[in-house]
Amino acid sequence: MLKANVYVTLRKSILDPQGVAVKNALKSLGHSEIQSVRIGKFIELELDEVAENEAEAKVKEYCQKLLANEVMEDFKFEIIK
Amino acid sequence: MKFGVIVFPGSNCDHDAFYTIGNLMKKDVTFLWHKDHSLQDVDVVIVPGGFSYGDYLRAGAIARFSPIMDEVIAFAKKGGLVWGICNGFQILTEAGLLPGVLTRNANRRFICKYINLKTDNFSTRFTHSLDKNQILNVPIAHAEGNFFASDETIKRIEDNGQVVFRYCDENGNVTQEANPNGSINNIAGIVNEQGNVLGMMPHPERCADQILRNTDGAEIFNSLVMA
Repeated sequence: MLKANVYVTLRKSILDPQGVAVKNALKSLGHSEIQSVRIGKFIELELDEVAENEAEAKVKEYCQKLLANEVMEDFKFEIIK
Repeated sequence: MKFGVIVFPGSNCDHDAFYTIGNLMKKDVTFLWHKDHSLQDVDVVIVPGGFSYGDYLRAGAIARFSPIMDEVIAFAKKGGLVWGICNGFQILTEAGLLPGVLTRNANRRFICKYINLKTDNFSTRFTHSLDKNQILNVPIAHAEGNFFASDETIKRIEDNGQVVFRYCDENGNVTQEANPNGSINNIAGIVNEQGNVLGMMPHPERCADQILRNTDGAEIFNSLVMA
């Protein structure tokens, strides 16, 4: 069985209010070095009966179709054997 | 004129829309189950508010792939009237029937309150009978209502007059202070290029009955049924 780790993040041009809140919280804990926090989604997939050379195209399709909305989000993923 | 109101698991404004059409507008209305493959010959489809599929992944992302949505997309492409309210607006953007996306409110909060709306396009089926000077007082209730689109998309929809409603103050001034959620250009509702698909975050179905002492929302329904 193959696994895929998918990371979906808000595009840089989009305000991430959750990230801002967490940045402020870290700063209030005394971590003044924090410049920016961006929060995204981490999605783990398990793929049955998919050949290694097909997995990349399949996962890309899942991301484009459902897992990410490319108007506001970027995605990247890694296939794990 | 016959209306259909879609019911997804997690829809919660479906009955409000149904009541407004059936009891107040006195028009034929039916519920359309999300798993159905037929629109039952309705003339207008309402995609109601709520939290379809728990808003998992993204608001509207999963509802967009419901069986009934294939029919709604085909219906809209043929010029059929489709009206998405709140979660319905989010679903229509996810389905690609409307441009842009609704992202998290800039202040991170779920906002439930009355806002003022200025109508910017009176040539749509949804707005043609509205009073040109009237500011509509309508409630919003959402956490993801912050309208975002690329600069070129914003320019295109503004140039085409596709922005139908904007958040404003009680005098109709479109100001930063009157913008509840951070939407670009105070955008509260848009139509597609053809003008037959409307998406809006405010809830006119929640302020249509006299008993609630505010019937501003009924005016949009009136516009539709007047034809």
